[in-house]
Amino acid sequence: MIFDHPKTHLTVFGFLLLAGPAAASDPGSRLWGTGGVTSIEGSAGGGISPWATLAGYASDEESGGTVALSRANTQDYTLNVQSVAFNWRNRIELSFARQELEMDTLAFALPFGETDLKQDIFGLKARLAGDVIYSPYGQWSLGAQHKRHRVSEIPAAVGAEDDAGTDIYLSGSKLFVAGPFDRNLVINSTLRATRANQGGLLGFGGDGRDRHELVAEASVGLFLRRDWLVGGEYRQKPDNLGLARENDWWDLYVAWIPDRRLTVTAAYVNLGDIAGLESQDGAYLSIEGSF
Amino acid sequence: MQAHRHALLVLLLNGFILMPVHAQESSSDVYQALGERSGIETIVKDLLGRIANDERLAAQFKSIDVRRFHRNLSDQLCQLSGGPCRYGGDDMRSIHAGIGVTDTQFNALAEQLVRAMEEEGVPTWAQNRLLERLVPLHEDIVDVPAEAAPTQ
Repeated sequence: MIFDHPKTHLTVFGFLLLAGPAAASDPGSRLWGTGGVTSIEGSAGGGISPWATLAGYASDEESGGTVALSRANTQDYTLNVQSVAFNWRNRIELSFARQELEMDTLAFALPFGETDLKQDIFGLKARLAGDVIYSPYGQWSLGAQHKRHRVSEIPAAVGAEDDAGTDIYLSGSKLFVAGPFDRNLVINSTLRATRANQGGLLGFGGDGRDRHELVAEASVGLFLRRDWLVGGEYRQKPDNLGLARENDWWDLYVAWIPDRRLTVTAAYVNLGDIAGLESQDGAYLSIEGSF
Repeated sequence: MQAHRHALLVLLLNGFILMPVHAQESSSDVYQALGERSGIETIVKDLLGRIANDERLAAQFKSIDVRRFHRNLSDQLCQLSGGPCRYGGDDMRSIHAGIGVTDTQFNALAEQLVRAMEEEGVPTWAQNRLLERLVPLHEDIVDVPAEAAPTQ
């Protein structure tokens, strides 16, 4: 392993420190909250589904990005994510996320005693057309997420075919100014081709099915004010493993955007059954800085 | 099968959210909330100060006639908000033809307008209703070619 656990944290906090002086200047000109937040896969969006909007606040003459730390806690699992994303002129987004899944309950059931696994996600998103606010048909982006496990026996142990895979997605996002209750409403739909089990954390493909499948995802959010966004998300999932059923994910979130440099997101997440452990739900917290 | 049902649910959900839910309100509500003509003039004055101090905008606005701009923008916001005014300036598309206004500048101006309205205590709903009427102007302001025909 190139990075062990403490070093990884140092790397991300190094980024935060580097971003510090840059953050003293304005992180970009797009309006508050229009980049969404950082998803657990590193791409800008909601918490569990990417949006067509690109990370941070860079507009057409600017560059910028985000760094984020996120954590989800359920009955039997804890997911920690560290991520960074760059936005070039509101045209191209490059992102990297490291996910670390702690699975204390499952570890007792596994022969090799691993208690955590790590997955890296390299993301690319390109804005194809439109603007989330100014275009009547919203903003449309095409993205890819290449995911690969670091050293782990888990994918093979649960019957997955591979420990690496790539998702391709098409997202459309539209912000309706003065929507319901004269508040701004943002909606997003994503169509994703994937063979990832539990987002890739349980590998790719399986004994049940081993092809890319199209799944649908949607998010809605209502800006109560420009600094408060509340909403929900739904993410359809494949079900490739014979060992254990996989459920769709959903969440309800609230994001606070006190300043373009900072976003704090809290959510209730419902992830269904994961690797035979039933009804996983719990809390999600994410802190994001923009530069 | 279940997968398809869920996809349908997602689409229905979006369709539901897209349904118009605007309450019928009198068209001058926004004008009142902006503080009528005098409130709008204060907001525009505040906005001009913000433009002058904003490096994204200052250069683009350097050669404007400030008094004329103040009068025209106040008229325009007054009219857009449902007030008893008429914008008498030139057509938006002609004004911006060939001067290369960027998205960055349009966003920066929107931001400064929001800040100016906040400064004057304009409530969120009224800010949004005014912005809603400014959004369609984006295509007549940003990146308009030099030979652009006037707005229809």
